[in-house]
Amino acid sequence: MRLHIDWTACDGRGVCTELLTEMLTEDDWGFPVLRNGDTVPPPLDGAARRAVDRCPMLALRLVT
Amino acid sequence: MTDALWYFARGSGVVSLLLLTVVVALGIGSRSGRPAFGLPRFAVSLLHRNAALLAIVFLVGHVLSLLFDPYAQLRLLDTVLPFAGHYRPVWQGLGTLGFDLLVALVGTSLLRHRLGARVWRTVHWLAYLCWPVALLHGLGTGTDNGTWWLWAISIACVVVVVAALAWRISPNFSRFPARADRAVAPRLRPHLEEVK
Repeated sequence: MRLHIDWTACDGRGVCTELLTEMLTEDDWGFPVLRNGDTVPPPLDGAARRAVDRCPMLALRLVT
Repeated sequence: MTDALWYFARGSGVVSLLLLTVVVALGIGSRSGRPAFGLPRFAVSLLHRNAALLAIVFLVGHVLSLLFDPYAQLRLLDTVLPFAGHYRPVWQGLGTLGFDLLVALVGTSLLRHRLGARVWRTVHWLAYLCWPVALLHGLGTGTDNGTWWLWAISIACVVVVVAALAWRISPNFSRFPARADRAVAPRLRPHLEEVK
């Protein structure tokens, strides 16, 4: 499973970087940056789903 | 038993109003895009959702108990169609209207990944109509209107929401408030102030 960030929708609210801190870090403006590629490791499945669910701009998606 | 339904209806109504006040304040807090009320951003968002779902539970209890209450004599139609009731139709209708609005708000929120952000956000603005309607319903109808404690609760709720709204409208409520100054080169900061 891969994590897809829709950059036209992302507003840098920072919810996903809190919920998925293993995969995402904030840039200087609060937008998420992938740490090590977009592949979601199986143990982070739940956290990734939660981040997708909570994104206020619906800018996160999981792609299989 | 008949009295129990009436007491439960009153209590659950007040609890719903308190929860909805919390939901509105947290919703405004989550819109700010920064940690609010001493909670991380995801916690504000989750608490906003869970408090809203809990409010729905109490509201369903409120409506169901009144539906079976022998005094209220609520018809099934009155739970959906506002301003058609026999007893204080306007005040009761406000309750029905608030309930309909809340169902729309929660329903679209649960389906927002299918509806898309724009539709969901448009419907979600109805929250600013739903909350005052619920407040007026509580003040105008029922056994407890005019009691000091219901006034105290209502005024406390108004204070919380008005304070949250004032914060929402204030210049402090900009995008990226805590972040922009942190990592931007000093010579760019004046330009940044214009953007904010």
